[in-house]
Amino acid sequence: MTLTPTLPRLLHPAAWWVWGAGLAVAASRTTNPFLLLLLVAVAGAVVLERREVGASNAFVPFLLVGLFAIALRVVMVALLGGGVTGSTVLVRLPELPLPAWSGGLRLGGPVTLEGILAAAYDGMRLAAILACLGATNALASPRRLLRYVPATLYEVGTSVVVALTFAPQLVEDARRVRAARRLRGHTGRGLRELGRLAVPVLVGALERSLHLAASMESRGYGRAVRRSSRSARLGGALTILGLVGVVVGLYGMLDATSPVALGVPTLLVGLACAVAAVAVGARRDPRTRYRRDPWGLPEWCVVLCGAVPAVVLGVAGAQAWEGVNPQQVPAVVPAVPLGLVAAILVAALAAVTAPVPPLVAGLRARRVGA
Amino acid sequence: MIEFDDVAVSYAGESSGRGGAASRLVLSGASFTVPEGELVLVVGPTGSGKSTLLRCVNGLVPHFSGGTLHGRVLVDGRDTRDHRPRDLADLVGFVVQDPVSSFVTDTVEEEIAYGMEAMGVPASAMRRRVEETLDVLGLADVRHRPLADLSGGQQQRVAIGAVLAAGPRILVLDEPTSALDPVAAEEVLATLQRLVHDLGITVLVAEHRLERVIHHADRVVLLGDGRVSGLLDPADAMRHSPIYPPVIALGRELGWSPLPLSVRDARRQARALRDTLRPDPVPAPPTVTGSSPIARVTGLGVRRGGAVALRHVDLTIGSGEVLAVMGRNGAGKSTLLASLVGQVPAVTGRVRLGDLDPRRATPAQVVRRAGMVPQDASMILYAESVAAELAGADADFGLAAGTASAVLDRIAPRLDREQHPRDLSEGQRVALALAVILASGPSLVLLDEPTRGLDYAAKRRLVEVLHELAGAGHAVVLATHDVELAAELATRVVILADGEVVADGPAATVLSGSPAFAPQVAKIVHPLPFLTVDEVVAAVGEAS
Repeated sequence: MTLTPTLPRLLHPAAWWVWGAGLAVAASRTTNPFLLLLLVAVAGAVVLERREVGASNAFVPFLLVGLFAIALRVVMVALLGGGVTGSTVLVRLPELPLPAWSGGLRLGGPVTLEGILAAAYDGMRLAAILACLGATNALASPRRLLRYVPATLYEVGTSVVVALTFAPQLVEDARRVRAARRLRGHTGRGLRELGRLAVPVLVGALERSLHLAASMESRGYGRAVRRSSRSARLGGALTILGLVGVVVGLYGMLDATSPVALGVPTLLVGLACAVAAVAVGARRDPRTRYRRDPWGLPEWCVVLCGAVPAVVLGVAGAQAWEGVNPQQVPAVVPAVPLGLVAAILVAALAAVTAPVPPLVAGLRARRVGA
Repeated sequence: MIEFDDVAVSYAGESSGRGGAASRLVLSGASFTVPEGELVLVVGPTGSGKSTLLRCVNGLVPHFSGGTLHGRVLVDGRDTRDHRPRDLADLVGFVVQDPVSSFVTDTVEEEIAYGMEAMGVPASAMRRRVEETLDVLGLADVRHRPLADLSGGQQQRVAIGAVLAAGPRILVLDEPTSALDPVAAEEVLATLQRLVHDLGITVLVAEHRLERVIHHADRVVLLGDGRVSGLLDPADAMRHSPIYPPVIALGRELGWSPLPLSVRDARRQARALRDTLRPDPVPAPPTVTGSSPIARVTGLGVRRGGAVALRHVDLTIGSGEVLAVMGRNGAGKSTLLASLVGQVPAVTGRVRLGDLDPRRATPAQVVRRAGMVPQDASMILYAESVAAELAGADADFGLAAGTASAVLDRIAPRLDREQHPRDLSEGQRVALALAVILASGPSLVLLDEPTRGLDYAAKRRLVEVLHELAGAGHAVVLATHDVELAAELATRVVILADGEVVADGPAATVLSGSPAFAPQVAKIVHPLPFLTVDEVVAAVGEAS
């Protein structure tokens, strides 16, 4: 059911991450529960349609964490009260008198419909953002994205990959050491035991790092990086300029007393310098990359699908369009603006414009044949 | 191709705090030249400097390890003094013992491409070479699989492929098969053989389990007491080598000439022997006497990480038995041992140590019935010195001071009490762990892969100790890939496959009948039911 005639392949991970970021930005701009539900539904539909067989399904755990966030927020508001004070009292909890210095905080007291709804909407916004991230994780694992860090950051990328592999191994090590501790007649529980366990786990991890370092060294890691001194100097200068620019810019933006002219432009110039430094560094890097995913029309389409809701909801939020942030006092059923619904639905087109992942394609072909 | 010119390696004084900073010589007098396209086997006892010698070839010694290199190592004309390992990566591929610890990425294809990326091989050439490497090593089917999901043999082949893809002319492997079951080891060695014969790659390999590799070797370098021989003919080397596999032992004992290196050569020479020897009746295994068994497993089923690790296993272990549990990597051997000490929950069935349920009992109670030395013996060693470790064991088990120490004296006399457990050789470490476990006098002793990294001498001592234990009424269970050890030691063998018991019986019957698990002697004298050199020699003595 692809519109574009592409062979089954994996979409460039960066495209999925831009798409996912677009959805997350859109979600962060609204508290309309219907729009948020629609966003989550769109993310879920695309995951169902374009997740490669065997890829981790991060969507479900992220969704569960989101639901937990909503519940937590509602319970906290019910117990402690919140910014929204409504008139429709649902139930009156026994109130604990607090001293005056606790400010607006209270324990117990009336629980209003408006307060609960506001908390639920807020929680839903967070949950929707998490769901968008989960969907992106399921569509393109962060590991695949890491292969595309600019060459200047190659070392950083490698350390992150190694760390991602090491963390689960460390857990496994700790489990084994604890099991071994039982062989000496100890339970492996308690604080003193923990100290006992830490030493073998750490020693093991250190030894493993040494092995890995030896292996990387003998496989040519860090071999003669060709660099002319001129481009090296240029890169260094750009890096420092960029950092100074970013710091000054951020200060200017956050400090209300300094003129706006100092903040935003300096930040932008700083960022530009930093990007240029990365680019200059990448040009003199002699390393090559194996089997890069191509960036073609489907990638542009998916990026566009993600950008549309972000831009539309961003503008809508800034100009306070009807239905973006529904009225909360008194509580009414929020309106569903059709324009915004359409903008969000554009993101679902990614399920059609992205090529089918190869293994999924194979499975479907077999199912049709059978 | 590789030229060692009077090479010696020394490290600055020992760190244990005793004595001065006298430098310690690990290796000396290494002078030899390896011609292109040879498979050279490095043979020597544990701690004789095999790894150091191998690491000299790609410059890991001294660039990575520290220490002082005397003399000169030339690799295809490049001096390792001024070439770091990374500068030699296009020429020398180095494969470490534990492939998992060398993986940088997480899928097969990316791992193979990794080295080439670092070297800046153009993308199109890289693509081609990855495909070629996948074909040469027979990995095309698993190319997209995560490395963690592969079998031990496949992981080792990926590690070889990962260095081979960069196109080196020399391959150096440190103990490539010591963690593998016999079939997976054969897989890896066949691959090496193909690389040497078809691609003319020079291979330098160190391996403890000589019975697996000696017949593949073109030349042998002997190491002992820090001295290094020149390149020797394998048969010549084996005539004098302090360590040798059973096939050589048999040839030496019976005075065969030329000395056979492979089972096939030995069978030819043994034709007369097979005719003269009378098939002795298999000695009946010591039956479990009326007393209640030490451990009983009934209908045991265990799941691990979703997969079925054990399925309906029944086993009774009696006093005086030495039971070898064998099978492929991942067949459930370690799980069976772990359930005997109550470390994994049973889904079905039950495990009893006498009348004790190890899952319900406290670790302290279990330790008195069943003691286990895990695969990595250092896992149960925590102290800073051997003496402290032994004192710790006495305290752990509530024993009189000096109990563990007395046990160690019986197993490994003359072990330096001041040394750090991590500085001990592999064999000494197993001995220490065994002493710690035996101190509390458990009636069931479990050993998980005890001979990994042990040379023949250390193995022989271990065999004696375990024999003595069995004689004193203990039951011994060992999970092992080492068929020769099982042949020497076991009264009974259980073979697991896919979590099920597929064979259970006296060692002689089970081992001699299996193509994968038959020891060399059984293959040589087949169909006669002999398993070890000693048995054959004794029978020859009787016959004459």
